[in-house]
Amino acid sequence: MPGFSPNELSSYLIIGAIVFTLGLLTVLTRRNAISVLMGVELILNSANINYVAFSHFSSGNADGQIYAIFVIMLAAAEAAVGLAIVLAIFQIFHTIDVEAVETLRE
Amino acid sequence: MDLSTAVFYLVALITVGSALMVAFSRNIIYSAFSLLGAFGGVAGLYVFLGADFVAAVQLLIYVGGILILILFAVMLTHRITDVEITNRAAGRIPALIATGVFIYLLVQTVRETPWVKAKEIIYQPTTAKIGDLFLDSYLLPFELASLVLLAALIGAVVISRKEIKE
Repeated sequence: MPGFSPNELSSYLIIGAIVFTLGLLTVLTRRNAISVLMGVELILNSANINYVAFSHFSSGNADGQIYAIFVIMLAAAEAAVGLAIVLAIFQIFHTIDVEAVETLRE
Repeated sequence: MDLSTAVFYLVALITVGSALMVAFSRNIIYSAFSLLGAFGGVAGLYVFLGADFVAAVQLLIYVGGILILILFAVMLTHRITDVEITNRAAGRIPALIATGVFIYLLVQTVRETPWVKAKEIIYQPTTAKIGDLFLDSYLLPFELASLVLLAALIGAVVISRKEIKE
């Protein structure tokens, strides 16, 4: 594939786009709440690839990497709270199928 | 093709292949474990981009933290015996069409845009620079991040603890 090498910005952007789309597909099609969270993690990772790639190929300063670290931090917080919610839902409904969980009370 | 290009191809292949497994595997345990490949592959890409600190953070937090958390949640919530039905997917064909169009547009945009690159690309350790930035121009976001983490910690404990019914 021409133009796909470690020295090309577009190769990183294409990998990021593929990972983003697969994450989007996971979020759209999965019915298991944990799988949906996995898709969100993939999407955040693809955004991070773009941040670090632009930072590396444009200015050379570390601002993009700082943003990537903030995104990683927020992803950790999101995973902790999201999985806690999933566990709470499982305790109440005994399933984590997002189609079965459609009421706000037990 | 020299060695670093070959390794780059391998890393890209691992990343995309693992992401494919996450999206299409029928068993949620396989999905969770292929997330390891995706996160590791992204860390490899960071190494290629000269971001050593971000790569280490990626390995520590994603592989060492979030992945373990997800595996715990998988083990705690589904009955191991009925593995087959745990990772159902619905509405796959419309979603495939929509995301197919979307990826086509994204890749075309990336390929057609004339990217302006920096004249010289430098590889040097970034940890000291990142530390300086965190305690200088990004001090307020840094402190807010610790507040967010504290709130997330307390919130996770409050949400997931068992209700005590009297």
